[in-house]
Amino acid sequence: MVGLATVFGAGGGTSSYEEVENTDLVLLWGSNARAAHPIFFHHVLKAVNRGAKLIVVDPRRTESAAWGDLWLGIDVGTDIALSNTIAREIVVNDLQHHAFVDRATLGNAEYVDSIMDWTLERGEAVTGVPAEVIREVAHAYAKADRAMICWTLGITEHHNAVDNVLSLINLSLLTGHVGRYGSGVNPLRGQNNVQGGGDMGAIPNKLPGFQDVVTDVVARERFEAAWGVPIVPAYGWHLTDMFHAMERGDLTTVYCIGENPASSEADKHHAVELLQGLDTLIVQDIFMTKTAELADVVFPASNSAFESEGTVTNSERRVQRVRAALQPPGNARDDIWIINQLANRLGAEWGEVTPHSAWEELRSLSPMHAGMSWERLEELGGLQWPCPDESHPGELFLHGRLWAFDDPQAQGPKAPFSIVVDEAPVDELTEEFPLRLTTGRRLDSFNTGVQTGGYTSPLRRGETIDVSPEDAERFALAEDERVIVSSRRGSVEVPVHVDEALRPGLVFMTFHFPDQVDTNVLTIEATDPKSGTAEFKAAAVRIDKMPERETVGSVSGGGGE
Amino acid sequence: MNAVPLEPPRRLLSISVDGVEARVPEGATILDACRTQQVDTPTLCYADNLTPVNACRVCVVEVEGSRTLVPACSRQVEDGMVVATDTERVRRSRTLVMELLASSVEMNLASPDVHRWMADYEVRADRFGAPMPPLPAGARDAREPGHHHDPQDPTVAEGVAQPVKIDNELYVRDYSRCILCYKCVEACGVDAQNTFAIAVAGRGFDARISTEYSVGLDESACVYCGNCIGVCPTGALMFTSEHEMREAGTWDEQEQTVTNTICPYCGVGCELELHVQDNEIVKVTSPADHSVTNGHLCIKGRFGFAYVQARRDDDPTRRRKPTERGAS
Repeated sequence: MVGLATVFGAGGGTSSYEEVENTDLVLLWGSNARAAHPIFFHHVLKAVNRGAKLIVVDPRRTESAAWGDLWLGIDVGTDIALSNTIAREIVVNDLQHHAFVDRATLGNAEYVDSIMDWTLERGEAVTGVPAEVIREVAHAYAKADRAMICWTLGITEHHNAVDNVLSLINLSLLTGHVGRYGSGVNPLRGQNNVQGGGDMGAIPNKLPGFQDVVTDVVARERFEAAWGVPIVPAYGWHLTDMFHAMERGDLTTVYCIGENPASSEADKHHAVELLQGLDTLIVQDIFMTKTAELADVVFPASNSAFESEGTVTNSERRVQRVRAALQPPGNARDDIWIINQLANRLGAEWGEVTPHSAWEELRSLSPMHAGMSWERLEELGGLQWPCPDESHPGELFLHGRLWAFDDPQAQGPKAPFSIVVDEAPVDELTEEFPLRLTTGRRLDSFNTGVQTGGYTSPLRRGETIDVSPEDAERFALAEDERVIVSSRRGSVEVPVHVDEALRPGLVFMTFHFPDQVDTNVLTIEATDPKSGTAEFKAAAVRIDKMPERETVGSVSGGGGE
Repeated sequence: MNAVPLEPPRRLLSISVDGVEARVPEGATILDACRTQQVDTPTLCYADNLTPVNACRVCVVEVEGSRTLVPACSRQVEDGMVVATDTERVRRSRTLVMELLASSVEMNLASPDVHRWMADYEVRADRFGAPMPPLPAGARDAREPGHHHDPQDPTVAEGVAQPVKIDNELYVRDYSRCILCYKCVEACGVDAQNTFAIAVAGRGFDARISTEYSVGLDESACVYCGNCIGVCPTGALMFTSEHEMREAGTWDEQEQTVTNTICPYCGVGCELELHVQDNEIVKVTSPADHSVTNGHLCIKGRFGFAYVQARRDDDPTRRRKPTERGAS
């Protein structure tokens, strides 16, 4: 979200799903959408079935890559090297969209200077992708009438996440593949309402509607007037900053709503220690999570999708209504009700807040949501922002303004290129830790498995460490053999699965089964300084055979309780 | 909105339906024209979110100048077309299709529309004889194309009755109810899921929906999206929860509410229709006309709701606990 906001001023995917069906080329980068976003992939398949080209960039030959015309099996963490090489190939063959570059962007000359040493040969040497394939992708993307880049956590779960995103946006600026029907740059949000959280200001630097808390004085004053309290004009902390602040002792009280950092944080041993060290930890959740077990107070909440009224925003910026289908169990209450009660008892005198009244307040303060009346959201099955007034149909795609070359007023700020530098993953491969571990999702499971563990999936096979046939041979590993996987941070015990989707030197795990195998014991806490996203996608590990006599439980994090 | 390519304006075509003149846009089908004229046209294999396959022939109409009857669901209107839907020939053909299906297939869970059509067309399924007793499990799956079967007892109608296939905990396949409309094959294939786990096997009356080599779903390519359930018109494919409740006699659609919400998993934002009975989700569907899903979901969206129910295990008002599953 930070990358898109930096370049275009709005942190949202630019295109609609409908456009994906009608584009000519989809560049799916660091995304296994077939498994992680299956219904988005239906739209991609519609494009594929009518002849669009699909190019998949992923270290693994995933289910998505199997549908691609081309698969670029890059080495983990070399995305910027690849995008800069593609960019240079576009430039030296004069395939840029000159009119767009000249009249809608800034900083092209400096950007081009910064990429000129990324020859195809160097690109191949760094990324592991054959030069000829990089060349083909560069030409296909630049020459397509309409082309889209879509990415997921393979781009953003790195220590240089924002730079990764910026490097992809550069490609779209170079070729004019943004701000037009069927051309765009789109992050596929990994979790329901990640987009909505950003929309509603649950990010450290923005008020609701992506209005900057420091620089947008007019917006800040509007909120202060409506809320009757002064707003500190300073940026807050994102999750990783909060853990650093806990470490320093600057953060002593945490009110955690619907998150399970004790299970989901990279380097989780450390995360648990920090949470235990707090003066006060309040957890509001639908489950007694690992984090809730550490809490001083637990507020049982109703489920946001099935037991609550409100809205969420999806990856195409569509604000959609959620509705209560079930009565929540026991004393569980709606999140809004709990926060409302807490505020009133703290003396804030909010009166009675309902999902509808909270939405009306949001509409009055966030211009991009102003036209989304509760009735219209019901009637139209959701509306895409920006939607400034009630006669507005919602925006199909963003940044069409950039193409208003002859009307500076309408065009608004031009989009800047960003100079981005290739950086290897923080966790270096060495003789001691020779294997690159990357993590991801499987089709039938989700995150730490708290929700998906509730249904019996015939596809589920538990946690494994997936290794290439070559590595299985090299380390003499058999299918289902239990091994010890170690990183610089810890070890887990896990069965082996030999998977042809992996290349030698690359191993894969999910983090869906923390009770069985605690993958995040292995992952690294290195985070992107700009977005605070942790580098789940690149750890250095080694695989050891089990000692002769198995001593279950002696390995930290391994086995089950 | 700006720079959105508008579709070229579509020509309006003239069509006469049962003597009434109508104008429809180019590309519309005869079925579209019938619907705009409120001409009630039976359909079985047609669905708004699938490509027509012309399998069932129950929507056929007479078109002037055409030797054979024409399937309304797939034939596009041509300017000046003259269509008749209420002729004796059309009625006889539609009636026969429904009678042959109803004589060999259990239709009692088909939609109210289907039952209305069967009544309107005075379908007498029993005129071919009494229903055939169920075949043993796997008998139909073992039939090879070209094998000859001796005719049954002439007082008994050849049928497809067989035991329900239960090989996973998410959904069941009751091919006693299968009319071979192909919708599940289309939804599993290019129309939505592109998984191709099922196809039509066999020929003639032995044709049936099958996985490769009739293997169980666990050995097939199935990814349990349940999009086949979503399009099945006769209840042949069914949530395990619905199947068990029907077996137990507790399924009661009058007592059910349907609430639309958004799937809580990934960020795609699929619209779910939650079918709830006694404060319990018993089935999940998605609206066919929703731009995000086109009626289709993934395994998590369709079946991943169980965790909300699990929180109610201690709730004494809960009607059926997971531990009781499969006991009935």
